[in-house]
Amino acid sequence: MNAMATPTDNQKFVLQAKDVWKSYDNKMVNVLNGVDFAARASETIALCGPSGCGKSTLLHVLGGLDTLDNGQVFINGTALKSDGSELHRLRHEIGFVFQLHNLIPDLTLEENCLIPTVAAGTKRSEARERLMQLVKRTGLAHRLGHRIQKLSGGERQRTALCRALMNRPKILLADEPTGALDERTRTQVFDLLLELVATEKITLVMATHDRTLAERCDRIALMRDGKILGI
Amino acid sequence: MFQRILSSDSELIVFERDVSDLFFSNVPEDDIKQMNEWPMVQVANPVLFGIVSSPGHPIITCFGITPQDARIQNADWQSGTRADFGKDPRGVALGARAAAFMHANVGSQVSIGHEMFPVAGILKTANGFEDGGVFMPLAAAGNFFHKEGVVSVATVKLKNKEDRAAFKRAVEEKFPKLIALENEEFSRSYSQFKILKATAWAVGLCGLMLGGLGVANTMIMSVFTRIREIAILRVNGFSRVQIAVLIFGESAVVSLTGAVAGLSLGTVCIWILKFIPDLNGYIEGRWQPEVALVVTLLACATGIAGALYPAIYAVRIRAVEALRFE
Repeated sequence: MNAMATPTDNQKFVLQAKDVWKSYDNKMVNVLNGVDFAARASETIALCGPSGCGKSTLLHVLGGLDTLDNGQVFINGTALKSDGSELHRLRHEIGFVFQLHNLIPDLTLEENCLIPTVAAGTKRSEARERLMQLVKRTGLAHRLGHRIQKLSGGERQRTALCRALMNRPKILLADEPTGALDERTRTQVFDLLLELVATEKITLVMATHDRTLAERCDRIALMRDGKILGI
Repeated sequence: MFQRILSSDSELIVFERDVSDLFFSNVPEDDIKQMNEWPMVQVANPVLFGIVSSPGHPIITCFGITPQDARIQNADWQSGTRADFGKDPRGVALGARAAAFMHANVGSQVSIGHEMFPVAGILKTANGFEDGGVFMPLAAAGNFFHKEGVVSVATVKLKNKEDRAAFKRAVEEKFPKLIALENEEFSRSYSQFKILKATAWAVGLCGLMLGGLGVANTMIMSVFTRIREIAILRVNGFSRVQIAVLIFGESAVVSLTGAVAGLSLGTVCIWILKFIPDLNGYIEGRWQPEVALVVTLLACATGIAGALYPAIYAVRIRAVEALRFE
């Protein structure tokens, strides 16, 4: 399957990057050098490559967390601009999971999971219903009122997964989502991740160094020096 | 301290124009006699103010007044009678607080300056300033303070209150060195009150600035210690506007809590001060809703101003960079 997109393909792809360039420190460090990338609905793509090749940066620009120097990113055919209400709306269609869970330690599991719904202005009752659905599926129902410090590493990452899926996103961007877990927990969390994206028909783009996990995705995109070499 | 000088039953006060303090005002008694003959005037009472010291009491305020003065007539006489005042040309009446700190009773002698005066009565007035003073027959006071023929002020009661403007014009025309003011005008224009008000404003503005800096400091610390949390909110869909609302909201809660605490504390302190005998009459506690409203609005404005920089800083946090910090 060829992921290189043409402009007329905008509507076909859930997520698309065209000739994306990104640098830091006044263009002294070029991180992305003309990346073309596209993902269809419900497919799972692993971004693989050595450290510093631009995997995380690509995820950040795909999700609108970072700005581009050049190029364009489309989400469901809509161009992602660096600012404005459109970005705010599109952000709710994207979920993020990071290597470090990035949960707020002073809040409970429930409060952490409700953050995206507060941002999206979802009704409290609807948000609660969705939360209950997700915590049951991730086996965290008994931990709802617990603060994050009380949770194990695997539970924290499952909480982060719940939070990412609260707004029923079309796209899930995961940056080494199991990188900080032991082997057994890693497999459990990844199994859960794949199961959830499959049942919710979510497009998953995941940066990983783990070849075993990458091979379980529909496609693997190989990155080096800020470019996708093949997919 | 002269703010309630007309609290008896007079409407106007006449004193020397352009004096910095009523203690330095000289109003000729002959002028007051002439005023008493004006058809619009019911009564013009001369009052002489003086300050002396006596052993153990560095400041004693003396009031030289006539027996007809409303202070004597309306006071609550604790010892002696109002009819006794002035019978003895040197007999003084002491305010209740003055009698207490001078340990004096009716019939005893009190040391005022370098002279001894017999106590003719002890009275309590509604004014704490007067309550700590000594009331002397006018002639005795003039003699004591070497101000024969002149007094400090005249307090004037008119037959018809509508004649106030006419009375002021008449004073201006006939006695150019004197000025007549209504109670509120006097409060506004008297230099000591102006200084007090300016001081109060200065203290208030300093308080406001300190409050603003306090809120700003609190919010800056709040933002700086939660950069990562703000980044997490941004990653999870919070817009810049929502982050700003969060910061301003928090600041508003801090400021409003401060305003409520300040108002409550101030009210309780004023209420307590009212019950301290030495301050009786000097402090009058009044709950003014408009003042409370202004304080609350000012607190909100201070909160918003103080949260401006922290909010700008917070919305500019770049989530991806902030999340890299542990």
